[in-house]
Amino acid sequence: MGAGHHHQLHLPGDSVVHRLPPQCKLLAVFAFALVVVATPRERLWAFACYALLLAGVAAAARVPPGRLLRRMVIEVPFVLFAVFIPIVGLGERISVLGLSLSLPGLWAAWNILAKATLGVAASVLLTATTEPRAILLGAQRLRLPSLLVQIAMFMLRYLDVIVGEMRRMRVARESRGFEARDLRHAPVLARSAGALFIRSYERGERVHLAMLSRGYTGRMPVVDDLAASARQWGLALALPALALAVWGLTW
Amino acid sequence: MHVPDGFFNAVTSISAGVVAAAGVAVCLRGARRELDDRTAPMAGLVAAFIFAVQMLNFPVAAGTSGHLMGGALAAILVGPYTGVLCMAVVLLVQSVFFADGGLTALGVNITIMGIVTVLAGWGVFRLVTRVAGGKVAVAAFLAALVSVPAAALVFTLLFWIGGTAPIEVGTVAAAMGGVHLLIGVGEGLITAVTVGAVLAVRPDLVYGARGLTRPLLLRDAEGTTTTTTATAGTTATAGTTATTDTTATAGAAASAIEGAGKPVGGRGPLRPFLLGGAGVTLVLAGLVSFVASSSPDGLEAVAENEGFIDRATGHLFGEWALADYGEVGGIPVGVAGIIGVGLVLLVAGAVAHAARSRDTSRDTSRDTSRDTSRDTSRDATLDQPRDQVRDDTQGRAHGETRA
Repeated sequence: MGAGHHHQLHLPGDSVVHRLPPQCKLLAVFAFALVVVATPRERLWAFACYALLLAGVAAAARVPPGRLLRRMVIEVPFVLFAVFIPIVGLGERISVLGLSLSLPGLWAAWNILAKATLGVAASVLLTATTEPRAILLGAQRLRLPSLLVQIAMFMLRYLDVIVGEMRRMRVARESRGFEARDLRHAPVLARSAGALFIRSYERGERVHLAMLSRGYTGRMPVVDDLAASARQWGLALALPALALAVWGLTW
Repeated sequence: MHVPDGFFNAVTSISAGVVAAAGVAVCLRGARRELDDRTAPMAGLVAAFIFAVQMLNFPVAAGTSGHLMGGALAAILVGPYTGVLCMAVVLLVQSVFFADGGLTALGVNITIMGIVTVLAGWGVFRLVTRVAGGKVAVAAFLAALVSVPAAALVFTLLFWIGGTAPIEVGTVAAAMGGVHLLIGVGEGLITAVTVGAVLAVRPDLVYGARGLTRPLLLRDAEGTTTTTTATAGTTATAGTTATTDTTATAGAAASAIEGAGKPVGGRGPLRPFLLGGAGVTLVLAGLVSFVASSSPDGLEAVAENEGFIDRATGHLFGEWALADYGEVGGIPVGVAGIIGVGLVLLVAGAVAHAARSRDTSRDTSRDTSRDTSRDTSRDATLDQPRDQVRDDTQGRAHGETRA
């Protein structure tokens, strides 16, 4: 696969952010997320500054804001959950627009909303500027066990194949008039899942044999060297460093 | 269910990350034993399968729909180690590439949806198959049914310890447990039928059902009947009218294989798994609840509320509240947690021991045949053509002619 198989998550480009080695970006995003999560929720200004930092990165990477926002829809279930917390929360109650809401609950909801949004935005930026395969190679550079990286790579590589098989099964079901309306129809879906498992497993066996016949010995060959210069590390880690500075300044 | 950033405080996120990393490390070693050099492609493909299955929405009731978590399914189909590994990779990919679940909450997500669902599901599955014999579908249903509320309860517990919102642990646990029990019924149904569907086509693929299949009856043209035990290769014939020398040699061959296979033992892989589980629980109970005592905010609120609940509902929560009041100030919470885990382990161990001793006294032959079948099938996967394992009947017929 590899070449010419750009995932829709990835937005090809040639900006400063795109060119950074993946391990630098990965570490920077992780560190940034940690700083955000560790920030006390009362420091409203800090969160505004974090958002500005991310907006700066998005601008530098030339990721259009509309795309960023569309990808952040994934958060919606937790927005709903966050709305729910002040209503069932404990402690002191205040009334807002005729609703009795819990004050600690409101803080908690704000906390989750702000931090989750920042985390999602950072991770969307990472995938938009880095190829999935490169992210995993970067993770390997960061000493993630190589077996784990290999498994994740196989998963990513065959994800579209397996999901495509599932889609074809759905088309086949629906073209025969099947429509899942309630739990009684679940067994049909479950049998599809069983068939899908057998297909996936047998495909895995074939893939393994094909790999063996091409000289696989348990390690994947390293094709491209991902060495990062000190300057690149510095550039990438500027994001969490600035976030940390913001945290310190708003003390 | 994917927990985003900001749900748990930084300390809890990191401790859960440590637990998850330890669990994944144990499973990396274990999966290598289950799959040897096939680990990467097989686990990768199974992870892709689980990802796809999680996209399969099934209708629950009037308009709402749920989807599989897949922990129990993975454990039953490919074994607990590979199962945890697949779930962990699925969660990792979802978090990093699809922004589904926070990066800092990755440890929490892997602990809850990977380790807890697989441990609970596999534990129940093994217990039921041992006590009730070969009822794989029932066991799969119960395993998946239990795994979902178990994950929900662990989530509630973690949220109570290190969550960022004050909650009433009792009511939230009841609500989460109740809702997820309902979801668990759906999950159980789908898991049971899925496992059944795989069993019907390729029984050798279902890890949890190895050694549980009924002996195969072979009838040839002269009307001789041969009973074979278990799966793959071993042809212990207890033939009724088969020619005597065939039975003798085949029986000898089978016992030789059994003898060779036995010292390696089927019990071996279970022990590190149990130890790992116990370790994870102890770390959770001890370390994480120590962390909790340093954040008085959530705990105080809950303790206050526990008192409230105590007054309102009386006896049921009375003991809990008492325990909490007594210990929040004095004895470190972590110690109390470890003691609690010890007690639970003791009770669970006693139950398991009782179940096992009854099982072995009732039927020892099944146990040994299970062991050998697993060993031989593992050996066969190493260098022999996979067809021999894949095609049961063919493999057995082959064995017959050779004998």
